[in-house]
Amino acid sequence: MTTVAMPNVGSALDRVDALEKVTGRARYAYENFPADLAYAVPVQATIAKGEISAVDVDAVLQLPGVIAAIWHANAPRLAPRNGDPELAVLQSSRVAYRGQYVAVVVAETLESASEAARVLRVRYDADEHDVELRPGHPGLYRPDHVNPYFPTDTEQGDPDAALAAARVVVDATYSTPAEHNNPMEPHATVAVWDAEGLTVYDSTQGASNIRDTLAPLFGLPPGSVRVISPHVGGGFGAKARAHPHVALAALAAKQVGRPVKLAVTRQQMFAVTGYRTPTIQRVRLGADADGRLTAIVHEAIEQSSTVSEFAEQTAVPTRMMYAAPNRRTTHRLVRLDVPTPSWMRAPGEAPGMYALESAMDELAIACRIDPIELRIRNEPDVDPESGRPFSSRNLVACLREGARRFGWAGRDPEPGIRREGGLLVGTGVAASVFPVYRMPSQATARAEPDGGFTVRIAAADIGTGARTVLTQIAADALDAPMDRVRVEIGDSALPPAWVAGGSAGTASWGTAVVRACEALMDVLHGRAGDVPPEGLEASADTTQEVRAQRRFAQHAFGAQFAEVAVDMDTGEARVRRLLGVFAAGRILNPKTARSQLIGGMTMGLSMALLEESVMDQEFGDYLNHDFAQYHIAASADVRDIDAVWIEEDDPGLNPMGSKGIGEIGIVGTAAAIANAVHHATGVRVRDLPIRLDKLVHGVI
Amino acid sequence: MRGPVRSEDNNGPGFPAPVTADIRLSVNGDEHPVTVDTRETLLDTLREHLGLTGAKKGCDHGQCGACTVLVDGRRAKACLTLTVTVDDREITTVEGLARDGVPHPLQAAFVEQDAFQCGYCTPGQLCSAVGMLAEFAAGWPSSVTLGAVSPGAVAPGVEGRPPLCDDEIRERMSGNLCRCGAYPNIVAAIRQVAP
Ligand code: FES
Ligand code: FES
Repeated sequence: MTTVAMPNVGSALDRVDALEKVTGRARYAYENFPADLAYAVPVQATIAKGEISAVDVDAVLQLPGVIAAIWHANAPRLAPRNGDPELAVLQSSRVAYRGQYVAVVVAETLESASEAARVLRVRYDADEHDVELRPGHPGLYRPDHVNPYFPTDTEQGDPDAALAAARVVVDATYSTPAEHNNPMEPHATVAVWDAEGLTVYDSTQGASNIRDTLAPLFGLPPGSVRVISPHVGGGFGAKARAHPHVALAALAAKQVGRPVKLAVTRQQMFAVTGYRTPTIQRVRLGADADGRLTAIVHEAIEQSSTVSEFAEQTAVPTRMMYAAPNRRTTHRLVRLDVPTPSWMRAPGEAPGMYALESAMDELAIACRIDPIELRIRNEPDVDPESGRPFSSRNLVACLREGARRFGWAGRDPEPGIRREGGLLVGTGVAASVFPVYRMPSQATARAEPDGGFTVRIAAADIGTGARTVLTQIAADALDAPMDRVRVEIGDSALPPAWVAGGSAGTASWGTAVVRACEALMDVLHGRAGDVPPEGLEASADTTQEVRAQRRFAQHAFGAQFAEVAVDMDTGEARVRRLLGVFAAGRILNPKTARSQLIGGMTMGLSMALLEESVMDQEFGDYLNHDFAQYHIAASADVRDIDAVWIEEDDPGLNPMGSKGIGEIGIVGTAAAIANAVHHATGVRVRDLPIRLDKLVHGVI
Repeated sequence: MRGPVRSEDNNGPGFPAPVTADIRLSVNGDEHPVTVDTRETLLDTLREHLGLTGAKKGCDHGQCGACTVLVDGRRAKACLTLTVTVDDREITTVEGLARDGVPHPLQAAFVEQDAFQCGYCTPGQLCSAVGMLAEFAAGWPSSVTLGAVSPGAVAPGVEGRPPLCDDEIRERMSGNLCRCGAYPNIVAAIRQVAP
């Protein structure tokens, strides 16, 4: 495949929707006001396991303005069939986790609905619950596969024998807590039924996907459901699938025969919109005296709910990062009375690479080798497990370029010796990786009689800059100036497209856009450029092209460098500098790309130092379910941060030559920071986040 | 403002009816006569009743800053402000920052510096930045201002005051969370506009 020549692609252009966003005109899901609107407020279970025995609906129906109170005894029946059991809202009396929806109240105003939801009495028969992920849990089992379709376990050679024979062994257990995506815009749905079917204004990463999920649930053909979502206030995986509130809003609107608005509150989001599973990971590395790996073993345990299985691919990156003849990865899951985990930015890579890259730092110290040199020594020629060649692999180039920019040369590896007043200072490095995916999508390109073009695809811009980048791609493919090209996205009535997920949006949508534009250009050339009054349209479906893609190992790589200062009195760690160097194919818009990479790194900084959803064992609830208690990085936490990239020409990827950049920024950041904290203090924190109580004893 | 009125309609046994009040809200220079539920926040009045959806709801608990508006020129969290308390105040939302269709310099700087991704925190960041620059100009210290002794203390006069450095901007803007991580670009945009 050759990449097309592109004057707009590669340019640092402002976002095409920037003015809408800074003026407040950009309309998000909850900001739609169909006539005769009513407000829905959900009620959540206050037990973690058991049965609902009664709901005192009559009492709240007496409240002024209340239209309906719906629970499983009076709810319309849904047809979840083979779908996600989480979406069978109000269909059973069973409670599977605390915070699960047990009822929804609909009222004339938000205030009345909120008040009624607050006072609605729900009675339960509670059972004993188990919400604690722990090693050796009797319920641990081997899932059939891990997200999305990777083998659960892999093994090559004899890792146990190799570990027994190794000169140097690192054997360490790391843990990462549950973390919540927390996009700034809480999930929201406005549901409208009419003679044609169902329309929902939804905050989603994929309008086509939500339509295909909702239609069978309500017994409708897909053409009778429309999902509209032009602007989305972040997602990070939390809006990549329909969560139960979407079904709840549609169900409530159906029941009351009026349009209904439903916003999930920030507090509610902690139970019902997915989260990153906590993990416990044992990593064992065996090496010779020169640091050459002879064995890599990475074993992860995680949780899911009793409602459905989500098995995170935590150890999957370990399958391809470093060369070693003997290797094993495993995943074990336990089903607890907890909310269902789901995708959160770089599922698998983010927690898995924290463990692996921390262990590599421990190995570098054990072997007395510079951690960059250690990684270079263990660079594989081909994908170690599959034997497939890499289409491009520039990890070493990223490490070298980062070392140069960061000033790594001459670093004294001795931990705990650099003091600046009351601070201990240190630096750390870690590698980043994220796989390259591309999924089938469709698009249309249309020549308008006025000389302009319209390109349509049900893509989503959740802040990535997709609307802008697709306009750049289309303009180049049409050989037209940007301002003559209008790209329409965010609506399931447009040609169906893959979700904004797996860092595959631009590759998937961009391919469809290029092919549709090429088809249109062919038609236009055939007519010597003549556009009839009704316009000309061409379409593309990339299903065949994507299926036929050659089987290279394809990944983006990166290297992250951190400098931290730890307060010797309080144990507080702060990141002074953070630099990411990435190799991600062709960068299509340096402006939005830098923002996205820095955004990922910022979330990684947040993961390293702050983020932790604390499970209340007694009540089965994520305790700290708001921004006052679940801390995410604020402006003052993010000081000197930068993301750069190296030139990478990989023509086998897609017509743009790009790799995804939405997730790689968060991968490896926490390890780089934890490694820097160790360098600063001599304290190895193996359990995220790096809270001050974990450091204070080591530094005083 | 007419005194609070308790509606007698639809009043079930044992449940109080909503209490409403008729007030005039002044938003972006426009007067809006409105009847509000006394439980209603300014954020919900703006978004649900006046069609001014620029101010965003990120948490409804004063913890994220997405709802930041200016009340008499000062930063306020609209989700923590009951509408009945602001009937005699001048409210500015993101929709009111532009003048005669020309974006406010901060809005232009946000575009230029790519100081947002999803855009959901952006209206709050912009209103907050406008208010913050005014606070700084008035000599209010922050916790990183050198020589600031206690909150509320007034910093030295304009001549002796250090310029608005990045640390100051970051500190003063830390009440506005951005999950997309646009912070460095937000700081750059504010620095570009700051006097
Ligand atoms: S919505 Fe007001 S501070 Fe979050
Ligand atoms: S731009 Fe998305 S939260 Fe700030």
